[in-house]
Parts: sequence; C-alpha cells; structure tokens
Amino acid sequence: MDESRVYDVLVAGGGNAGLCAALTARELGLSVLLVESAPADFRGGNSRHTRNMRTMHEAALAPLHGVYPEDEYWDDLVKVTGGQTDEKLARMAIRGTAEHVPWMKRHGVRFQAPLGGTLQLGRTNAFFLGGGKALLNAYYRAADALGVDVEYDAEIVDLEIRDGTFVSATVQRKPGTDHVFPSGGKTWSVPVFAKTFVAAAGGFESNLAWLREAWGEPADNFLIRGTPYNMGKVLKLLLDKGAKQVSDATAGHCVAIDARSPKFDGGIVTRVDAVTLGIMVNKHARRFYDEGEDYWPKRYAIWGRLIAAQPEQIAYSIIDAKSMGKFMPPVYPPMKAATIAELAGQLGLDRAALEQTVKQFNAAVRDGTFDHTTLDDCATEGLDPPKTHWARRIDTPPYYGYPLRPGITFTYLGVAIDERARMVFADGKPAANIFAAGEIMAGNVLGKGYLAGIGMAIGTTFGRIAGAEAAKVVNA
Amino acid sequence: MPKPPLANLIEEAQRVLSICNACRYCEGFCAVFPALERRLEFAEADVHYLANLCHNCGSCLYACQYAPPHEFALNFPKVLAQVRRQTYRRYAWPEAFAAAFDRNGVAVGLAIALSLALTLLVVAAWSDPARFFGAWSDAQGSFYAVMPHAAMAGVFSVVAVFVVVALAASFLRFWPDLGEDLADFVRMPQLSNAMWDALGLRYLDGGGPGCTYPREAPSMSRRNFHHLTFYGFLLCFAATLAGTVYHYVFGWKAPYPLYSLPVLLGLIGGAGLVIGPIGLIILRANRDPDLGDSAQDGMDTGFLVLLLATSVTGLLLLDFRETGAMGTLLALHLGFVLALFVTLPYGKFVHALYRFAALVRFHIERRRPLPAIGSE
Repeated sequence: MDESRVYDVLVAGGGNAGLCAALTARELGLSVLLVESAPADFRGGNSRHTRNMRTMHEAALAPLHGVYPEDEYWDDLVKVTGGQTDEKLARMAIRGTAEHVPWMKRHGVRFQAPLGGTLQLGRTNAFFLGGGKALLNAYYRAADALGVDVEYDAEIVDLEIRDGTFVSATVQRKPGTDHVFPSGGKTWSVPVFAKTFVAAAGGFESNLAWLREAWGEPADNFLIRGTPYNMGKVLKLLLDKGAKQVSDATAGHCVAIDARSPKFDGGIVTRVDAVTLGIMVNKHARRFYDEGEDYWPKRYAIWGRLIAAQPEQIAYSIIDAKSMGKFMPPVYPPMKAATIAELAGQLGLDRAALEQTVKQFNAAVRDGTFDHTTLDDCATEGLDPPKTHWARRIDTPPYYGYPLRPGITFTYLGVAIDERARMVFADGKPAANIFAAGEIMAGNVLGKGYLAGIGMAIGTTFGRIAGAEAAKVVNA
Repeated sequence: MPKPPLANLIEEAQRVLSICNACRYCEGFCAVFPALERRLEFAEADVHYLANLCHNCGSCLYACQYAPPHEFALNFPKVLAQVRRQTYRRYAWPEAFAAAFDRNGVAVGLAIALSLALTLLVVAAWSDPARFFGAWSDAQGSFYAVMPHAAMAGVFSVVAVFVVVALAASFLRFWPDLGEDLADFVRMPQLSNAMWDALGLRYLDGGGPGCTYPREAPSMSRRNFHHLTFYGFLLCFAATLAGTVYHYVFGWKAPYPLYSLPVLLGLIGGAGLVIGPIGLIILRANRDPDLGDSAQDGMDTGFLVLLLATSVTGLLLLDFRETGAMGTLLALHLGFVLALFVTLPYGKFVHALYRFAALVRFHIERRRPLPAIGSE
C-alpha cells in the first residue's frame, strides 16, 4: 500500500464481492487498493466457507446439467423470501450469473460436479473445485498478477464522505502488525484517498455486542458459523453517515448446528442433518415443531430461528439405530445410549420427560412406507405438533442424540443500492462514488429466508458491477 | 501412560478424516475423498488405504477452511504422509529392515558404500590395475575386459530376485489387510483402470489445474518431472532387457554401438532420468514445509539422488567407455545401480507398490453400491 497516492478505487473487504470488484476495476486500468481486516490465513470473509454459486443457465453449461431459466430462479427466490426482495436487483443478480462462470474460469476458478449428498443441486448450483477458499486463492493470485494492492490485517475505522461523495478512509492496522509506510512513518492509522469506494466488507454477524443489541439475551447462545472478522464496521460507518438501511438487524441466515461447535468459524462440518429422521426436543424434553414438514434442504434454514425461540436456545435431535448412517455424517460423534432414559441423562434432560415425549410420539406414529427421498406417508396422528413425514417410532436401540444451537451464517442488515451498485442515501439519492457489493447489500435481494448458493451470485454480480461502475466514475 | 506414537497418529488421521467426511469440499481433487465418503468410521486399515491412495498433490491443504491456524488444525496431506511412512514400515519384508524407513539417508548411504565396495571388489578380483585403468575399444568388449559378464549378471540376478521377493511379500501382507481377495486384484477392468491412473498420474493434477506443489499456485511441473523420471527409468530398464536379449539370443556382446536399441533406449531414458529427478529435487527443496512429512526428507531425496547418480554415471560411461576412465566409471555405475536396487524395497520406491494397490482397491470399491446416506 502506498498511502501517499490517490487510488482510483479503494475496496473494503477481501471476500468474493471485493475481489470481483477489484479484478474488474484493475482490468479496466484502474489502480486498486483492497483492504482486508483478516490476516492472510483467514482472508475472504464468509466466502471461504462457501462452495457453490446458484447459476442461471438457459442452455447446457458444464458442469451443470439441464437448464435453469431466469424465471424458475426468480420463483425459487420469491418462495424463500416470501416476496421480500427487490425484483429489479434480484433479477440483475440472477441474470448476471449466466455470464459469471466463464469470467470466473478466466480468473482461475475451477468447477466440479456437485458434491456427494448434494445431487439435488446439480442443475442449479455450480460447485467450485475445492470450495470457496480455493476460489479465493485463485482470485488473490489473479489480483496479485494484475497488480492490485492488498493489505491484510487492515481495517477501515472512519470514512470521510462530503456531499454524498467519498473522499478518504482511515485505515488502521491491527495491533502486532507494525508496518512502515513508504513515507517512513510507522503508524497505526493512516488516511487513504481514493476516487471511488467499494464497500464489500460483509455483515456484522461476528460482532457479538451488535447481535445482543438486536436479539437480546438469546444472542449469547448463538454460534457464528463463519468468519470472526465480519464486525460490521464499514456497514455501521455507512449507516451512520446516512446510508439507507435495508432489512433489519435480526434478519439473516441462521441454521441449527452442533452445540459443541466452536464459537466462530466452524463452517460446514458443524451441520447435523438428522433432524427430519427423528424428533427434536427442547431443554424440557418437549417437541416444538414438525420435523417432517418438508425436505431437509428446504427446511434446514428455519431451524436456527426455531431453536433461538426455545429456552436457553438449545435443542436435541434424537434418532434411533434405524436412522444412523442415513444422513451426512456430522463432525461430532453423537451421544449414544441403550435406553431413552440413559440418553436423557447424557444430554442433561429430564429422564421421565424424555421417556414420556418419546412414548407419546411412538404411540402417535401411523404406519406407512418410509421413504426419505419423497414426502412419504409416515406421519403422526393426533399429536401436537405433528410430524407429517418420515415419522418412525424411536424404538430401536442404540439411541443417539445431538445437541443443537442456532448458528448464524450471515446477516442481512445492509445498505440500499441502485442498479449501478451505487449506495443509496436515506433521502433516496445515490452516492456519486460509493458502491456496495456482497453481504453488505445482500439484504436488498434477501429480505428473509435463504436459497443455497445465492450469496455468491449476489456478491459476484454486484462486485463486478461495482468495479465496472467505479471505472466509469474514474474515467468520466 | 502416554500412547504409542503410532496409535496417536492413527487417531489424528481418524479425527481429520471425520472432519473431511462432514465437509467434502475437496471431493473433486482426487480419489481419496470419494473413497472416504463411502465410510462413516475409519478403521486402521482404512487409514492405511486412504493414506496410500493420496498422491500428496497438496490441493486440499490450500483449499481447506480448517487448515492451520484454524483451531481444527487440519492438515490432510501431512497426516496421510506420516501414515504412509508407517505403512511402509509395517509391511516391510523382512521386518528387520523396516527401520530403514526411519533413517533412509543413512540406509541409502550405507547401500551405496557397500555396493560400490562390492562392485570394486568384484571388478578388481577379475582384473589387474593395467586392465582396470586401460583404454579398451568397443571391439575389445571394453566392459567385459574388466569384469566378466557372468560375474555382473550373477550379482544382479541375485539382487533382482531378492527385490522381487521382498516387494511381493510386502504386497501379500498389505492387500489382505485392506479386506480384499487376492483374486480381485487381477480382475479387469479394475486392474486396467488402476494402471491407466498410475501410468498417466491421473491424481497428480489437483482435479484439473495441476498440483499445488511446491506452493499454492497449481502447476503440472511435478507430474511432468515424475513422468520423466518414471518413463526414463522404464526406458533404462528396457535398455537392459534389450541388452540381455542381444547377449543371450543373438550372442552380440556389449558394448553396443550408438545406433543400437540398448544404447538408444538408455540414452533417451537416461536423459529423462537426469532431468526428472533434478526437477523433483528442486521442487522438493522449494516445497511448503506444511505439505509433507519432514521425516521423509531423507527417503525421498535419497531415492532421487540414487536415480540421478545411476543415470549420470550411465551416461558418462557411454561417453567415456573407450578411455582409461571406463573401469572406474563402470564400477561406479554398477555400484549405484546395485545400491538403487538393493534399497528399492526399503525406500521411496515402495510408494508405487502401495499406491498402485490402493488404486486397484479404489476401482474395485467404486463399482460397489454407495451406502445409503440421505441427501442433505
């Protein structure tokens, strides 16, 4: 980084969206500085935990099979968001994906057939070979080759915005990362001037204080599946400087993950896909929601919120020997016991209460033909809440239990943008030279719910648009 | 009481494999991930199988969201490399020689010294200084002027038989531990699938773009240098076979002219066997230390140095065979060849044996139905 120069573009955030913006702008001849708050080993925000991009394709597009037209993609999005989406921006994100795959390949990203256990995504989602970290590595190599300046361990702590125009950002280096600047100064924070600013610094899900502010006490029991570096500092700065807010602080992608996972960064392996096969009980050993409502890929995103609403934000998935091995293996071994009472003891639940719940459930199960791949006819009768599919008696030892907690994947609170990815102020006016891409503006498209692989679609589309629009501003 | 290191290592491999099985992002890189996904638990034999199926291309380390400094501290290629050394030790025959895998540098050094000494002794016993340091024309059968054919062939036949027996014994102990029948090893097309994978080094491509070796940027250099080494070695071996046929079938005595099959094969193979090992040694020296098991440095480098010494002395011998240096070069060359062969079952060469067995196993298993794990 050369703090004595005026960069054409300053990109805040080194995840997928920031890199797409940086690469696009650099290839259009702009000088680019990208600041990433994480150290190099943890660079890339939540993109390092991703693995695919939901991709529209009207014709065959390897490695995807079949077609996935724009309208079907749109319908899928409307379903999960309940219509809480900006159609114009959403359709831009969708249409953009059609062109992303060749662009990504040009920048070193490789694709692969859908992963084991995700065959149902083989038509709609393009999987990155090696996942999101491999994608980031490719982009960082491309950025390096093109001459994008990248600063790790560097945070933006202030923004100077005058009359709707970005002037400079104060970049602060993290403690323990002494850095001598070209001017000879060895300083902790330094103003960086740039002609345009791309905010691609993610949401605030790593900021526990902010989560607590939004959710109250239950937030203390949340686990953060992704990066510990999404503190929402740039988001907060932009909102404080008058950006128009989209979505709210409790909106986000929140799933049920193993309660034994690390507080941060547990990623994909912390999932437990046993829920639809058994029963879910809360800390009082009572069931609280229909476990068999729909296929797990369509319902996994609701369980984080369901558990967040339970006492102490904990729940337990309980299955018997019939179901063991019939779902993706979770990373932590289950509690295992010969009797329900013994399992209750291991899980710290009231023995009698769990026995009673299982007994009631078993009594309500109506026999059917079990088929986990269809919405089968195995359901309970006269039970509240019911289990409407895949209901089988829990009667074959050993019994297994997994403790689950809400796992925040990412937050939707963001800044509003227009079709040129320009950040919009509260008065509805777009900023002259401030753009936003990625999770920081995903709330424009995702008001609620989640559609697998759409985060990368939004980030790539608006990252590339932001880079191209920045070039228009600089070259004007 | 602390656990023995081997048990700790297997346990660590099991921990790592369980994390990988829950993640699966690396599935497209190679055969190891599809193979591990067939399992819910990893017995010790599974760990040995998967470790030897791994070609140590390194792609999964750089792609891994759980790699150090993440608290899961998952280094898949490293732990599998450490397991491989234990596989080599465990199945070595005779077992008394297993220790060679711990101190391969010393073992290789000893083998070179003893082989050179033995060769010199044989050569010297059959020739006086005048013959040894004399210049002999091809027409005079320069090699056999200082060392009779029977002595040369005798020593190498004994060594060859020993090497084949030792490697076969290792294989016959390893294969049943994988839980497969011997008859299944030779079944088609599984065997030809595995051969194809091995001959093309299919899994040294990182799933397409190349190995992340020696560093993060994908490259085909390792595969290319390995090809030069392997096919160079094969051509040199073919040269020897051609020479044998010339000698016994046609009664033509070495040395052979430049435009003869043994010399041409040896020349081309020798060139590959010079460039290949040098490339691999350089790549290895630049390798990210996280990518492998540093305890194997001696084993890897020792083998490469022996290959290189064999080809270099062979080419020198070809060039100077009608000069007074021939006797010395012949002894040197034969000494290195002897050392190379003697150490084959106790050095890096064995990776080919176990990896090939693992590949065959992979193709056998691939045809079995997948365990019914529901979609997520």
